[in-house]
Amino acid sequence: MGYVIKKQGESRSFPEGEAFLEGASSEGDIVLHLGTPFEPDAGKTAVLVELEMECLGVHTGENAGLEGSNALGFARYRNGDEAPSNLIELVRQPATDDSAIAAARAIFEAAGFEVAVSADQAGRIIDRLVRPKYNAALTFLDEGLATADDMDMTCRLGLGYANGPIERLEQGGLAHHFDVTKALFEVYGTPAYAPGRRATVAKQRRSAE
Amino acid sequence: MSTNIQKVGVCGAGGTMGAGIAIVASRAGFETACFDTSMEVLDRARGQTEGFLGKSVDRGKMAAAERDAALAGLSASTDMDALADCDLVIEAVFEDLGVKRELLGALDGICKPEALFASNTSTLSITEIAAGCDRQDRVVGMHFCLPAQLMKLIEMSPGVNTSDEAFADAWAWTEAAGQQPVTTQDKPGFILNALLVPFNNDAIRAVEAGVASPTDIDKAIKAGLNYKMGPLELLDLVGLDTQMLLCEAFYPVTLDPRASAPPLLRRMVAAGHLGHKTGRGFYTYDDNAMFGG
Ligand SMILES: NC(=O)c1ccc[n+]([C@@H]2O[C@H](COP(=O)([O-])OP(=O)(O)OC[C@H]3O[C@@H](n4cnc5c(N)ncnc54)[C@H](O)[C@@H]3O)[C@@H](O)[C@H]2O)c1
Repeated sequence: MGYVIKKQGESRSFPEGEAFLEGASSEGDIVLHLGTPFEPDAGKTAVLVELEMECLGVHTGENAGLEGSNALGFARYRNGDEAPSNLIELVRQPATDDSAIAAARAIFEAAGFEVAVSADQAGRIIDRLVRPKYNAALTFLDEGLATADDMDMTCRLGLGYANGPIERLEQGGLAHHFDVTKALFEVYGTPAYAPGRRATVAKQRRSAE
Repeated sequence: MSTNIQKVGVCGAGGTMGAGIAIVASRAGFETACFDTSMEVLDRARGQTEGFLGKSVDRGKMAAAERDAALAGLSASTDMDALADCDLVIEAVFEDLGVKRELLGALDGICKPEALFASNTSTLSITEIAAGCDRQDRVVGMHFCLPAQLMKLIEMSPGVNTSDEAFADAWAWTEAAGQQPVTTQDKPGFILNALLVPFNNDAIRAVEAGVASPTDIDKAIKAGLNYKMGPLELLDLVGLDTQMLLCEAFYPVTLDPRASAPPLLRRMVAAGHLGHKTGRGFYTYDDNAMFGG
């Protein structure tokens, strides 16, 4: 199935040179908005909007839990400044067409990506789950539970992770962690998402630069 | 790393962790006395140990002579007096404060005054366990990972009354045994479970909140973060009842909402959906094959 890309500026999911960008056609049943404003188009099988931290509802509007059409959100998971992962989080609404999900999944899988479908909730799947853990690691570090190296080594040796939480935070950028957790905290309001002290410091220093 | 410790006792050596810890000690050349409440479990563990070390030889990880020496150095008894001349006694008995305190109290009466006691507890306080004996300065937390015979990591924690010298001696032994110790504090979950248990709870809450299916959550975590297993697969493997016990141990101490047992976890445990062992958890298992993945 062919897909059309409408693009403005750099995409966090598909930086310049990505094969997926090259695979687009001038006409097709699927439209992807990479930085261009969402335009509903009922004549297409699916209309996809690249998301940053916002919900799909920001683009489509919501209707008391009945929202849903051929519009989908998506984002390729990326830890801050690190290279994007191979995962596409595909965002649906309660009444999203199954055919739109199937078509979006098909083009991403054909391009070699893994696709996980998420409800339209803040942080989707990964940030919702890992950011509180990274916050806990920052708190443990401040409270002296363990050194950064020991915490990372514990996760590598004890859980088989490729890297530990402090390494992950440093690779992705503590200021990025601040931005993500602040956005999640605004929505969820639970202490687990409140940006950790070290992330707040990193953000303040960046802002002062 | 050198150590003055020559003989190691393992309490609960007929159990999962104790049997693995005894392998770690004997494989590294320490005379190892295995202790448990029944000869039957000790004999079973001996059989498993022979099988494990036999495979290590087959795979070229150790020489046949090393295996023979390790097995020759392993003794087993249901008589606690067999531990009297140990320099270090590691306990891996049931996770029950009363049982552990009583055990340490009894060991205190028969072991040499300078012997070190180590606890492999996952959820209890080292300080509270140590309070069961009169050598609180010589009790340390030594938390191995499952399966102990394969996992190098040990989380080491001193109790409030543990002396620096005892902690250093215990640390040196773990290195002499070929393990990788990390220092942590006597707090619920140490490092590993303090990070993991709330994370797994958050994954359960995400399922309950309809964020995504277990399959999609596990797929996202594996593909996006390069984890070997997703949190829900891992919970099925560990057992949902175990996760519940961990929550019930940690939450009352820390009052961290993320550590409290999610309602869905409670319902699944009540319904007997404990994961792998009952054939149904977040996934369904049939003849050990995994469905829904
Ligand atoms: N299973 C794990 O994943 C894991 C990981 C790390 C630490 N731990 C900790 O290790 C300890 C043991 O756990 P397990 O899973 O191996 O349990 P287990 O039930 O497999 O083994 C416990 C053994 O202790 C024996 N025992 C009980 N009371 C005893 C006593 N008074 N004297 C001597 N032996 C006694 C039992 O007969 C049994 O063989 C617990 O403290 C647990 O928290 C478990």
